[in-house]
Amino acid sequence: MEAEALVHVEFTVNGRPHELEIPARRLLSDTLRHDLRLTGTHVGCEHGVCGACTVLLDGDPVRSCLVFAVTMQGADITTVEGCCTPGGGMGPVQQAFQDCHALQCGFCTPGFITTITGYLEENADPTAEEAREAIAGNLCRCTGYQNIVAAVQRAAQLKQAQLKARDAT
Amino acid sequence: MKPSPFTYHRPGSIPEALEVLAELGDAGKVLAGGQSLVPLMSMRLAAPAHLVDINHLTELDTVEVTDTYVRVGAIARHSRVGRDQAAYDAIPLLRQGLLNVAHPTIRNRGTTVGSIVHADPAAEMPAVLVLLGGTVELRGVNGKRDVAAGDFFVGPMESATRPDELAVAVMFRRPPHGSGSAFVELARRHGDYAMCGVGAVVGTDAEDSITSARVALISVGAGPVLVDVTEAITGSGGAFDEPALIRLVDERIDPETDIHASSEYRRHLAHVLTRRALDMAREHALRRRRERGA
Repeated sequence: MEAEALVHVEFTVNGRPHELEIPARRLLSDTLRHDLRLTGTHVGCEHGVCGACTVLLDGDPVRSCLVFAVTMQGADITTVEGCCTPGGGMGPVQQAFQDCHALQCGFCTPGFITTITGYLEENADPTAEEAREAIAGNLCRCTGYQNIVAAVQRAAQLKQAQLKARDAT
Repeated sequence: MKPSPFTYHRPGSIPEALEVLAELGDAGKVLAGGQSLVPLMSMRLAAPAHLVDINHLTELDTVEVTDTYVRVGAIARHSRVGRDQAAYDAIPLLRQGLLNVAHPTIRNRGTTVGSIVHADPAAEMPAVLVLLGGTVELRGVNGKRDVAAGDFFVGPMESATRPDELAVAVMFRRPPHGSGSAFVELARRHGDYAMCGVGAVVGTDAEDSITSARVALISVGAGPVLVDVTEAITGSGGAFDEPALIRLVDERIDPETDIHASSEYRRHLAHVLTRRALDMAREHALRRRRERGA
């Protein structure tokens, strides 16, 4: 059998540039996990329904299982591993998930963290209803969502406080 | 859940893309946002031998508003089209329809033109296009042609686009002053494919009476089903002759039974959602009129 042709692609993940030679059919979710060993991105349904594999593409949440990695030429991707503070500590969304007990088994959590991180950039102070709409594309089979909705609002508070603290210094 | 192998093409310009498409013929498929195509490929329901990636043709990432239409380029993402305030002011139905397209995360990558070319009978934006009227701009190595909205949707998942053509843009016609619009749908799960959906555009006069009314229904036919219900308007104000309205809709739709809903239930939804969409469209028209007058 003929070996599958490889395609050259370059993109940035969590601020680090990568150059890869990969088969055209490789999904971004698989490239992140298998080629780059960034296993924080989880693969649930693999057809765009569950939201577990959500990453930020140039700041906007997208499903990494619904894009081919070779189409990401020049892109700036952020995975859950990049949703931390510059020092490597928990970012505001991660902290809020801990504060509000917004996860149980944790499988869906990376998709929520990235989705909410992206969402807070466009809406810094969401209502509970807006928070619910923001996470409507992510499935969680454990929590019943109440604590996740609370975590969206908590994350907004933490982020505002961080920004204020940074402005003050 | 992995796609079968394919050969990847990343053209650097529109002419280059057209040449590649002409060379590949039936074997080639255009990849824009891929939010329908990639899952189809992952489930092996589609296995194109070649994909032509147009995501890097930034000249197609456009939303233009003129006095007569809104023109959306082939790689303008749903979220961008939905956020565009000038496009919303010109055609509120664009945003009203887009907010029903899957989830925000899907809309960040999926393109409005791609959704129209994909021609899924359950998709919202084909219905928005036939409801407003407009054209799809197709280009090939041998030139360009414009296909009218009413001629574009040939069947389920089938548009008038030929294999060697690229849909570079879609022009949505602006509705006249005094118009109002709405889009409503019902899905098993929020953001999922609608069991039935209805877009409506009504025209109103200075006395707030409806003078014209059209609806486009999704998930109840081979494509978006456009129905002019103007003749069901009765008296003044927002009243419709209900039996006449339902008869007009029933004559045109042909819902099928599937795992999500029976054909009878879809027909019931078509009636209920048509009335609801028309009511909302009229309220929207009056609200816009007041805002303009104020």
